[in-house]
Amino acid sequence: MAKESSLKNMVITLLLITFISGAAVGGVYSLTKDSIAATKLAKVNNSIAEVVPEFDNNPSEEQFTQEDLIFYPAKKGDELVGMAVSSYTNNGFSGRFDIMIGFRPDGTIHNIVTLEQSETPGLGAKIADKQKEGGKPVFTTQFIDKNPASYRLVVTKDGGDVDAITASTITSRAFTEAVQKAYDGFMKLQNEQNKK
Amino acid sequence: MKLSDLTKGIIKENPTFVLLLGMCPTLATTTSAANGMGMGAATMAVLIMSNLVISLIAKFIPAKVRIPSYIVVIASFVTMVELLMQVYTPGLFDSLGIFIPLIVVNCIVLGRAEAFASKNGPLSSAVDGLSIGLGFTLSLTVIGAVRELLGSGAIFGQTIVETEGILIFVLAPGAFLVLGYLLVLFNMLKKKVVK
Repeated sequence: MAKESSLKNMVITLLLITFISGAAVGGVYSLTKDSIAATKLAKVNNSIAEVVPEFDNNPSEEQFTQEDLIFYPAKKGDELVGMAVSSYTNNGFSGRFDIMIGFRPDGTIHNIVTLEQSETPGLGAKIADKQKEGGKPVFTTQFIDKNPASYRLVVTKDGGDVDAITASTITSRAFTEAVQKAYDGFMKLQNEQNKK
Repeated sequence: MKLSDLTKGIIKENPTFVLLLGMCPTLATTTSAANGMGMGAATMAVLIMSNLVISLIAKFIPAKVRIPSYIVVIASFVTMVELLMQVYTPGLFDSLGIFIPLIVVNCIVLGRAEAFASKNGPLSSAVDGLSIGLGFTLSLTVIGAVRELLGSGAIFGQTIVETEGILIFVLAPGAFLVLGYLLVLFNMLKKKVVK
């Protein structure tokens, strides 16, 4: 016993339904907006804490962008103890992925975590594996304590020092490219600072 | 209202193994038991809410615009579920990714709205949504558990067998394989149980 499908009825019905739905979705959006922003911020802050040495400031508040890299300075008092750099590559197996690299002031890598990736599970996705306490080393473990000034950020297949993930050369190459980009950006910053 | 109204979605009208609907999210999100269960739960939430609302307004909708109207209602609920998941279940939101908004085009949801909710009262429609949703969730959880166990030796993240796992089960071909075999097993069992 649906209403008769006259033009007037159809227009009014659709208008009403879309208006009410729009209002309802808008309502839920404004209710959740702040929580979602807070969750996103917490995610970034957790990644920063995982990649740089201990700090007592708020790196995300002091963040700045330079050439599409985002820098989060970690300080103890007024002294810089580390720099977390959000870098990315578009050459992943499934396109873009983002990683966060933590450098010590002299350029040595402290740690790396993956922020967002859609590489193949079980293969390229292993870049996101985290080493457990006393567990087996993972792909990112080899970068810790290495200084890219002497450690060649290229996979061994291409003549470098990085052990690629088995059967995931493309992902591994893209990963090292992102780390190199971050290192170059950070060193450029440090050099500009030192000149002052 | 009989108990069978609640349980029909689990065996007799199981959306995955009997109705064979919603195959795309089934194959894509069952990489682990937790992902499968999360996807099923999100879909069930949308099913119950959209069935309820649609059964209430179906009488007032002219027949020629009923599909667009139902879709708008379903899409609104999916968007609300998505926003709430971003707040309360961020890990699951990240793993399910694009498949959450794709619930809108999941045949099960529009199918139940058109076939059941538009022709029945609000309470039975809500129960229908719950029943089909439960069946969907259980099916996805089982498929996810099998694929996770074979693919990485764990279920719900708990390691059962220390093993590197058989990679294919975490990828698309494995999804088809597991679904196919479980389809056979389920229907064999169903024949025995449902006289």
